[in-house]
Amino acid sequence: MEAHGRVFKYGDNVDTDVIIPARYLNSFDAKELASHAMVDIDPTFVERVQPGDIIVARKNFGCGSSREHAPLALKTAGVSVVIADSFARIFYRNSINIGFAIMECPEAAEVISDGDEVKVDFDTGVITDITTGQTFKAQPFPPFMQNLIKMGGLVNYVNKKKEN
Amino acid sequence: MGLTMTQKILAAHAGLDYVAAGQLIEADLDLVMANDITGPMALPVIRQMGGNVFDKDKVVFVPDHFVPNKDIKSAENAKAMREYAIEQNLTNLMIQGKCGIEHAILPERGLVYSGMTVIGADSHTCTYGALGAFSTGVGTTDIAAGMASGQAWFKVPEAIQFYLHGKLKPYVSGKDVILHIIHKIGVDGALYKSMEFAGPGVSELSMDDRFTISNMAIEAGGKNGIFPVDEKTIEYMKQAGVKDYKIYQADDDAYYEKVIDIDLSLITPTVAFPHLPGNGKTFDEIEAMEPIAIDQVVIGSCTNGRMEDMRRAAAILKGHQVAKTVRVMVIPATQNIFLQCIHEGLADIFVESGCAFNTPSCGPCMGGHMGVMAKGERCVSTTNRNFVGRMGDTEALIYLASPETAAASAITGYITNPVKLGGAQ
Ligand code: SF4
Repeated sequence: MEAHGRVFKYGDNVDTDVIIPARYLNSFDAKELASHAMVDIDPTFVERVQPGDIIVARKNFGCGSSREHAPLALKTAGVSVVIADSFARIFYRNSINIGFAIMECPEAAEVISDGDEVKVDFDTGVITDITTGQTFKAQPFPPFMQNLIKMGGLVNYVNKKKEN
Repeated sequence: MGLTMTQKILAAHAGLDYVAAGQLIEADLDLVMANDITGPMALPVIRQMGGNVFDKDKVVFVPDHFVPNKDIKSAENAKAMREYAIEQNLTNLMIQGKCGIEHAILPERGLVYSGMTVIGADSHTCTYGALGAFSTGVGTTDIAAGMASGQAWFKVPEAIQFYLHGKLKPYVSGKDVILHIIHKIGVDGALYKSMEFAGPGVSELSMDDRFTISNMAIEAGGKNGIFPVDEKTIEYMKQAGVKDYKIYQADDDAYYEKVIDIDLSLITPTVAFPHLPGNGKTFDEIEAMEPIAIDQVVIGSCTNGRMEDMRRAAAILKGHQVAKTVRVMVIPATQNIFLQCIHEGLADIFVESGCAFNTPSCGPCMGGHMGVMAKGERCVSTTNRNFVGRMGDTEALIYLASPETAAASAITGYITNPVKLGGAQ
C-alpha cells in the first residue's frame, strides 16, 4: 500500500478544534465534515486538497478533544496520510480505528516542505520526498495495523476476524 | 531491559513475554465500560459488528452523567442503553438508585481490580490504576469494538516514575498531591506515557487518595496512572469481594523516561485556578491576593466523591454554617457512600450546615445539571476539570481543590486554607 501526493505543512499542536471546529459537530455526515476540514488553521485547504495529498506537521498533532470527527474529516477530504513528529493519543487511536493512515517520523516532519511531492510506502515505512530526492524511514506498521488500515478500519477488521 | 508495571500487564494480555515501548499490540480486555453519554453513541457501531457483546460479565454500562434524566434527550439515551443492557442480559445492570458514578462504582463493586486491562469510553477511566490495573479512556469505535470482540489494540507506552516519599500533613490529601504534580509537569507533561507511582510514600496514601491521584493522570496527558499493589490494595479488593486478582510488579531494571521525586511532606493545600488543571497555586500565593469570593461549592465527582472525601469535608463543616450567599452541593459518588453518610451522621452535618445533599450523579461536574453556573459566578469544586464552560457559562470560573479546601471555603465564602480553619487534627 502506498500514498502519493502533495504536502500541506503545519506546525506544533494542531488541535481537533482547528481540524474540525465544534460548531460543525452537529453533523455526523462525513462529507459535510470534510467540507470544513482545517478551516480554522487553513481556510483554503478544502479548495486546494486533492485526493492522495499528505499532511506533514510537527509535535502533538490532533491534541484536544476525543472527537472521532477530526480524522474522519481529513480522510474524507482526501488526505492519504498525516506524517508528524508525534500525535495526541486519542487522535492516534481514532485515526487507526477509522482506517486513516498516520506516521510518526520526526526527521521527515522537520525537513519536508509545503508543496513537496511525497511518496509513502506503508509496508516498509519509507517516505520519499520526490521534490528533493531525500528519503526517510518511519517505523512501519505491524501487520495487524496494516490490515486494519487496508480494511478501512476497526469495524471491518473485527468483523473479518470473527469470520475466521 | 526490564518492564514497567503497565508494560507487564499489557504483555500478559497480549500473550507475549516481552513488549517494548512504542510496540503495537492487541490485548485481551477484562472489562469494557461506557456511560450514558458514550454508550448510546456506540450502539449503532456495535450493531455493525454483529450486535452482541463478547461476554455478558465483562461489559458494563453506567448511567451517571445526565441521570436522573435531566431532559428528554438524556432520558432517551439512558433508555436505549438500558434496553440494550437488558437485551444482552448483562450481569451487571446499573440502574439509578442502585449504582453511582462509573469510576467509583466499578471499584466498589469489585468489578475492577489489580492486573486487569480495562477500557472505558470516558477519559477518567484511568482511575482504576489506583488498584494496580491497566485502564485507559478511548473513543467511540474503540469501545464498540471492545464490547463486540473483547480486544483492543494499544501502543505500549513509556513511563515516568513518580517516586513518592514522606507523609502528608494534616488537611492535605490526594487531590493536593495530583494538583501539585500536574502543576509541576504541565497538562501535557505525561503525554501518551504511563504515570507510575512508586516509593515508600505510596503506603502512606489511603486507597481513596490513590483513586483521586490516578483519576487525574489524564489531566497531565497520561495514558494511565498506576500504583503498585500493597496491603491496603489487597484489603480494599477483599472488602469489595474480589477473589482472583493478579499482582504485577515493575522490574527492578525497568526503564523510566524520567523519575520525578515527590516529597509528600512538603505538599500544602493546592488550588487549580481557571482554566487549566495545571494552574495550581498554594495558599502562600493565594493569600497574597485579594480574597476570592465564591458563589458555589461542589463536593463530589469521580475524583473526590468517596467516603473519605465525605468524612474530610464533614469534619470541617461540623458545627459551622456555610456562608450566607454560598450554595453547596455535596454529592456522594455511589449509593453505598450515600447510605454510609447517613449511618455515620455525616448527612446530618451536611444538611444542618446548609449544604444540599444530593443523589449520586456526575451532576454539575460537566455542566449537566444539579449546579450549572451562571456568567461570572465562581465555584470551588472537588472535580477534575476547570476548562472554559465546563460547569455552565463560558464566563463562570472553576477552582479545583480538595474536599478540605472546598469545605473550608464553603464556610467563609471565599477560597480558604483548610489548615487555618480546621484547627488541630
Ligand atoms: S464525575 Fe465528572 S469527570 Fe467524573 S465521570 Fe462524571 S463527568 Fe466525568
